[in-house]
Amino acid sequence: MPEENLPAAQDHPHGAVSVADEEHPFSDPGLPPHEHRIQDIDERAAKRSERVVALLFTISMLATVGFIVSYVTIPHDKSIFVFPIGHISALNFALGLTLGAALFCIGAGAVHWARTLMSDEEVASERHAISAPAEVRAQVHADFKQGAKESALGRRKLIRNTMFGALTLVPLSGVMLLRDLGPLPGTSLRHTLWAKGKLLVNMNTNQPLRPEDVVVGSLTFAKPEGLEEASEDFQNEIAKSALMIIRLQPKDIKDKRELDWAHDGIVAFSKICTHVGCPISLYEQQTHHVLCPCHQSTFDLSDGARVIFGPAGHALPQLRIGVNDEGYLEALGDFDEPVGPAFWERG
Amino acid sequence: MSTATNDESRARGKAPAGERIADWADGRLGIYSLAKANMRKIFPDHWSFMLGEVCMYSFLIIILTGVYLTLFFHPSMNEVEYHGSYVPLQGQLMSEAFNSTLHISFDVRGGLLIRQIHHWAALIFLAGMFVHMMRVFFTGAFRKPREINWLFGFLLFVLGMFTGFTGYSLPDDLLSGTGVRFTEGAILSMPIVGTYISFFLFGGQFPGHDFVARFYSIHILLLPGIMLGLMVGHLILVFYHKHTQFAGPGKTEKNVVGMPLLPVYMAKAGGFFFLVFGVIAVIAAITQINPIWAMGPYRPDQVSTGAQPDWYMGFAEGLVRYMPGWEINFWGHTLVLGVFIPLVLFGLVLGVIALYPFIESWVTGDKDEHHILDRPRNAPTRTAFGVAWVTVYMIGLVGGGNDIIATHFHLSINDVTWFVRIFFFAGPVIGFIVTKRICLALQRRDRDKVLHGRETGIIKRLPHGEFIEIHEGLSQEQLHTLTAHHQYEPAEIGATVDENGVERKVPAGEKLRAKLSNAYYGEDNQIPKPTVEEYKEITSGHGHH
Repeated sequence: MPEENLPAAQDHPHGAVSVADEEHPFSDPGLPPHEHRIQDIDERAAKRSERVVALLFTISMLATVGFIVSYVTIPHDKSIFVFPIGHISALNFALGLTLGAALFCIGAGAVHWARTLMSDEEVASERHAISAPAEVRAQVHADFKQGAKESALGRRKLIRNTMFGALTLVPLSGVMLLRDLGPLPGTSLRHTLWAKGKLLVNMNTNQPLRPEDVVVGSLTFAKPEGLEEASEDFQNEIAKSALMIIRLQPKDIKDKRELDWAHDGIVAFSKICTHVGCPISLYEQQTHHVLCPCHQSTFDLSDGARVIFGPAGHALPQLRIGVNDEGYLEALGDFDEPVGPAFWERG
Repeated sequence: MSTATNDESRARGKAPAGERIADWADGRLGIYSLAKANMRKIFPDHWSFMLGEVCMYSFLIIILTGVYLTLFFHPSMNEVEYHGSYVPLQGQLMSEAFNSTLHISFDVRGGLLIRQIHHWAALIFLAGMFVHMMRVFFTGAFRKPREINWLFGFLLFVLGMFTGFTGYSLPDDLLSGTGVRFTEGAILSMPIVGTYISFFLFGGQFPGHDFVARFYSIHILLLPGIMLGLMVGHLILVFYHKHTQFAGPGKTEKNVVGMPLLPVYMAKAGGFFFLVFGVIAVIAAITQINPIWAMGPYRPDQVSTGAQPDWYMGFAEGLVRYMPGWEINFWGHTLVLGVFIPLVLFGLVLGVIALYPFIESWVTGDKDEHHILDRPRNAPTRTAFGVAWVTVYMIGLVGGGNDIIATHFHLSINDVTWFVRIFFFAGPVIGFIVTKRICLALQRRDRDKVLHGRETGIIKRLPHGEFIEIHEGLSQEQLHTLTAHHQYEPAEIGATVDENGVERKVPAGEKLRAKLSNAYYGEDNQIPKPTVEEYKEITSGHGHH
């Protein structure tokens, strides 16, 4: 670097600014002097600030009146068009804006007041060490030792040990009381409502399905016969027995067992994802893939519903189906493995 | 003696009412000693110090609006038929929880507003805590004596997540029910105890008839009760420790510079509560949130696309979405790693940031109190670690929204998922390296500014035709501010051979500490700040470079 470029070689090496303490240029110069605001010097400016604050508080009062008027006058089912939001509830819009304005103006007024009219002089206040001085510390230690000694806890071991024993055991009652929060799992996660001879009922029409109702390329949801929406355990049962039915060309089915368990190309799989239990419902006709909309696990329904992408750990369980004497689709038994998310006892 | 003055003033009947009430209270509560210490307490001013206030105020707003909502909400899963004023759902079977939420939204005047304020405030509360936590992290405000307060804050964040989750699950709508199902699946993945915990939580098989009532008492009593206690403790410690401040003229480790609580902060902070409340009310007026009527009541066999949790659960959602579906079957048991690993990672990622203050203080071995905040650039390794952590978190959020990203940007869902899988590992490394380089570069710039002054942008032509830029020296205030930070020396392992030539065994912990210390403060990991000698040599004009 040429000599002239160095600050020292310039006419005013450090511009107009000077360092007060030449000996210790980095030392703390102390708090800078307080600079007055316009409101501190000019009473007219201060008056102006006062009026702004008062105006904000007044707007707040008016907004509260507006809130009450809106509450009383606007019907709760009236909708209005507000650009660019669209059609919205008039009451919610009016109440929210008036309440918002009433609150915001109080805040804005208070902050403006603090910023323009209250003293803005910075002052320093001392900190004190958090930890106690040595003599206090010594005193506390001595007191504690005295107290501990007087309790004789260290000397009377029998009291100490039985007390700890009692205190350890007593929370067990509380733990015990939690036992009836629910039944033990048992084998309930292994069974569904499906059983030999149960008809497959269309979820939408509530009618038993016939093979001819299921056409190639369609996706049909089914439930076991006898399970009605109004029944007490509908939610618990449908969470396990929801079924997804599609029809493939038998020649497109790559998995042998899948073909065996199908009826004329109609296959029935559990609708509950083996990842964490979302109902799977996005079906791709051309590829026969289904995608879980929650976590995007993708299963190939033409290949034993094996996982081809995403976080699911195993294939969707298949239900063995056939046709009964009257020509309706029926189950040939329960699923042979637990449906839904995997768990420790699944095996 | 004070009794004497009280009697005197009472006799004359001249003391103003406020003063008499205060005297009355002081005689019973000792409020004057409390006020003496706190009424004119000094608070330093910086925009980032209001982030914590946003959290506190949104928490208060959540409590206020939440109490209102409990007046109308029925935490029951009994099936009822809908006959309210929302026409599209007429005659639908739904739980009482869902039914009463519709009632609040459509038939209670202002009910929808309060519901939306409650939900929006919850999102803002969590976002505020996240940003506040990052402010504290990146400025080193978690150092002694504030480590415990850091943990309080961390617990508030984690409990806030679960309070939010149990809250948005209450209406028993299709979207939140899907989230509860996901939670059940995650619980089932826990080895040995998973199935039992699930059955105890749901009162049997999923969904059962109990979880709304149970989540309700967790959401409105258990968790907020703990959080209220933690928040009070958090605030007491803020008062007790006195607030941190940035370096500057007149500011030392031994003082706190700012303006007094009464009146300035009373007005500013009090006013800020109304500002936060007002803004949230306006948001609730114009921005719909969680329209449960559009989703319908929960059914375990139904789902909608684009299902997303509230944002603060997105990171956990992401972990389960991009984890490969590993499952190990052995001896009649299943280890569901594909779900269990994300569950563990969720705890680990959060745990690492919670424990960071203790890791750093172990590395520095520093036992002093710190009240002057670090500029992030002056702690490059910490800042880089923080950015790496935020990167992991954000990658989780991206992963949690992989379907939304795929549909909005017309990308393949598989590509987005693979991107996230790779960047879960690569992202934090890149973030760490880039951040550290930036911090070091900024430290170099500060050093140059101190030694050579500010670039004025004024070009000067010298007599022999050369152009130079004039540098303007900094004021003492600026010089002090830029050189006030403390720089640690890297820890050494000391002599490994004693005076008799006998080798000393160096414990692994000590070796690790020396290594880490070197990574934090060794050569190339921080730029030495300019010394007075360097400064004088240059400014005195005798410098030879």
